[in-house]
Amino acid sequence: MAFKQITSPHAHTAQNTAKVMQLVIWATIPGLIALSINFGWGSLINIILAVVTALACEATIIKLRKRPVAFYLGDYSAALTAVLLGLALPPLAPWWVVVIGTIFSIVIAKQLYGGLGYNPFNPAMVGYVVLLISFPIPMTIWVTPLALLPEGVNHPGLLESLSIVFSGYSPADGVTGATPLDLFKHSSGLVVDQIYQNNPIFSQGMFAGVGWEWVNLGFLVGGIGLIAARIFTWHGPVAMLGAMTLMSLIFWDGGSSDSPGSPLMHLFSGATMMGAFFILTDPVSSAVSNRGRLVYGALIGVLVYLIRAWGNYPDAVAFAILLANFAAPFIDNYTLPRTYGHTDRRRATEKEED
Amino acid sequence: MTKTWVTPGGVHPPENKHQSVTMPIGHLPIPEKLLVQLSQHIGAPAKPCVTIGQMVLKGQKIAEAVGAVSVPMHAPTSGTINAIEDRPIAHSSGMSGPCIEITTDGKDLWIDHESLADYENASPKALLQIISEAGIAGMGGAGFPSAIKLNPGDRRPINTLIINATECEPYITADDSAIRERSAEIVEGIHILSRILGNPGKILIGIEDNKPEAIEALRPHVADTGISVVSFPTKYPSGGEKQLIYILTGQELPSATLPADAGMVCVNIGTTYAVKRAVVNGEPLISRVTTVTGDACGVNRNYETLIGTPVRHLLEHNEFNRDACSRLIMGGPMMGFSLSSADVPIVKTTNCILVPSYAEIPDDEPSQPCIRCGLCAEACPASLLPQQLFWYAQANDHDRLEAHNLFDCIECGACSYVCPSNIPLVQHYRHSKGDIVKARQEKVVSDHARSRFEFRKQRMELAEQEKEAKRIARREASEKAKASAGKKTAPLDASSGNAAPASSSAADIIAAAQARAVSKQVSPEQQQAKFERSIAGAEMRVQMAAEKVAEVDDSQTEEQKNTLNAALEGAKQKLGQAQTRLAEHLEQHKELNEEQVK
Repeated sequence: MAFKQITSPHAHTAQNTAKVMQLVIWATIPGLIALSINFGWGSLINIILAVVTALACEATIIKLRKRPVAFYLGDYSAALTAVLLGLALPPLAPWWVVVIGTIFSIVIAKQLYGGLGYNPFNPAMVGYVVLLISFPIPMTIWVTPLALLPEGVNHPGLLESLSIVFSGYSPADGVTGATPLDLFKHSSGLVVDQIYQNNPIFSQGMFAGVGWEWVNLGFLVGGIGLIAARIFTWHGPVAMLGAMTLMSLIFWDGGSSDSPGSPLMHLFSGATMMGAFFILTDPVSSAVSNRGRLVYGALIGVLVYLIRAWGNYPDAVAFAILLANFAAPFIDNYTLPRTYGHTDRRRATEKEED
Repeated sequence: MTKTWVTPGGVHPPENKHQSVTMPIGHLPIPEKLLVQLSQHIGAPAKPCVTIGQMVLKGQKIAEAVGAVSVPMHAPTSGTINAIEDRPIAHSSGMSGPCIEITTDGKDLWIDHESLADYENASPKALLQIISEAGIAGMGGAGFPSAIKLNPGDRRPINTLIINATECEPYITADDSAIRERSAEIVEGIHILSRILGNPGKILIGIEDNKPEAIEALRPHVADTGISVVSFPTKYPSGGEKQLIYILTGQELPSATLPADAGMVCVNIGTTYAVKRAVVNGEPLISRVTTVTGDACGVNRNYETLIGTPVRHLLEHNEFNRDACSRLIMGGPMMGFSLSSADVPIVKTTNCILVPSYAEIPDDEPSQPCIRCGLCAEACPASLLPQQLFWYAQANDHDRLEAHNLFDCIECGACSYVCPSNIPLVQHYRHSKGDIVKARQEKVVSDHARSRFEFRKQRMELAEQEKEAKRIARREASEKAKASAGKKTAPLDASSGNAAPASSSAADIIAAAQARAVSKQVSPEQQQAKFERSIAGAEMRVQMAAEKVAEVDDSQTEEQKNTLNAALEGAKQKLGQAQTRLAEHLEQHKELNEEQVK
């Protein structure tokens, strides 16, 4: 009676990659709900379109690479990338924007680099940035938050939303408008208080802009859930949010006309929370050690703030994360933990211990 | 409560210890055949000292220790030696190794053995001798010969004796049940160890808090003895030597050093019992407590198992169901290794035979790509970055692996345990460690070859230069001779400047012969230099031969050692000859010189 020869350890947790990916997808639900309540059906349509495209692309490439399709699709990584891209894109964006972005994410940014685990850049953010640079107009039209719509006007219903998405026509003027970060960027010459008073998106909001603050709170809740579930550690998100807070405090300037905005606005506007908990925590493209993730997160926080305050784009999470992806292997070389029995941390590049 | 420290990382796999402690330690019928493996410890395999067909008694020595790091083997029961040959052994590779098979006679007759009840007055040296003769090797897992560990030498005084009763692997309860039932003897064993080590100031028994019965069993015996029972929260792998030392003392053992370097000795609690039996009862190590557990066995229990008992015997007596068994594991589910055959014998380090059902330990799922999620780094007790080690292991990047401290990995398996991608990380690390060790050895060999080649090249160049010098000397001598011959034959024809006119051929011949003689006659100084060179060469060869002899370890055969020794002797003789020749030469020339002076 021969028994199987299997290497130790024999015991194993029930955790697997597919479950991790699924959990992250579930954790986006509070953010998705906030997006849907405030901006209509658009985000959900984006997500569905992106997921279908992503799975089709992934399956095709895996087939071309002569790998088992069901095994690799079953890891849910393509679905997660699609969900994140769908959440990041403006609701009611034309269908081809979503499809092109997804194809770029999955085929170029992920599979051409070797598939799951080998992509140096976050695929969803690559797709997003390609779209932002190539199609700036559909990428910058955002639906007006529900609370700011005129009396009697509502967001388009599901069927109407679908027809807007697939007809390629942009939604009617009344239901689109600038985001808080847009407004802030283009309100030069006004002190912060005036900007807040003049724009209902600020004056009717609690602390950072109608609708957007809820979306950010939604992603914050989902993200804290993932930390509690030990899917990732607190280091990256806390470093990013800490760095942004610090930067916006340093340059707050008392709310003068030169002020780039308050810490609360920066933390709860745009893609801040989604970036902090769902994008920079992508382990494949981030730094690996906890110390490395502190550096990596802080770098992203600083970059986001710098581009928002003095760059050409109102938001910058995608750019900042891609730039930090470049830096991740370098950060890894200098942020090794101290091993048991060693007096100092070592560098990954050294040949002999000092 | 004694203060304890918390190690980083660690995991909490399901403990599954309750199944096997419902009954006391049991005894099984003596199996028909026992298979005593000759290498069940770290070091050289023992050498058989019995012959096939010979009758042996229980406790009789059947194989002797070879060299310094080795332990002898004893017959676990009485019977006849049936075979001395290679059989599949308890090893993760499933390889075969030398074994002695005994056909048991069922009488279980002891050989005469002496007890030493008065160990308190025995010298540490005598106690070490008993432990060494009893064949005791660490019973926690590695199987390092205990007598060596307990003799760290005068340079390293021991101030802390740590008894490892952690038993952090799931399923295993061998130490737990032994402590519950034999705490008095265990504590006696600790006293013996303490005496051997010169009564260290601190004696700590480290035990996880999931064994309250064992802790309670120890307490009355350690009262007023200076021995502390220290319990700490259960976490795998707290029982790793380095981890336990940190938990109990807050000290980290510097990388690549031994506990003794830090004044500590760490001994498994099962070993202390074996030490007590050896010293006080005069019994060599011929049995141990082994847990038989897992859902594929109807009965889960601990047994006092004879060393050499085939695993099959244990399974058959515990309602084993082959169809339900997903794998056969010697050891625990974290660090144990799978056996391909149930004919493999129990060895001195076998604390557990685990036969899990498919529900307990299913077949491995295929690996997925590493997503560097970092769960492994959170679980690593040594604060390594397993995901980076895996990356560089795949790339065979030895420099990076060493910079990431691969060799501080204790192979506990916590990283693989938590890996969501089912990557057999530990296996990758073992492979890379093996590769690096091999590369280092090859480097030593090639460095040696290079230096030898360079030395040879230098020697050849030197010889070439000498030849050249001789050629020049010869030419000069012949020219000089020709010149003087020319002067003699044509003293008047100086203006011609031609030293060798055609007519004087006879003189030419003479001059050439003279020149040859001159050139052949090496000056005494040159002769002396030549002798000195040959002495230097001979000395060099003696030195090299001596180094080779010194490098001899136990892995080499008797024949190889003899060859090396012969080479050394030969080189010494040649050196002697060369020295004699030089001495004779000097003597001659002294006489010559003296004559000249006269």
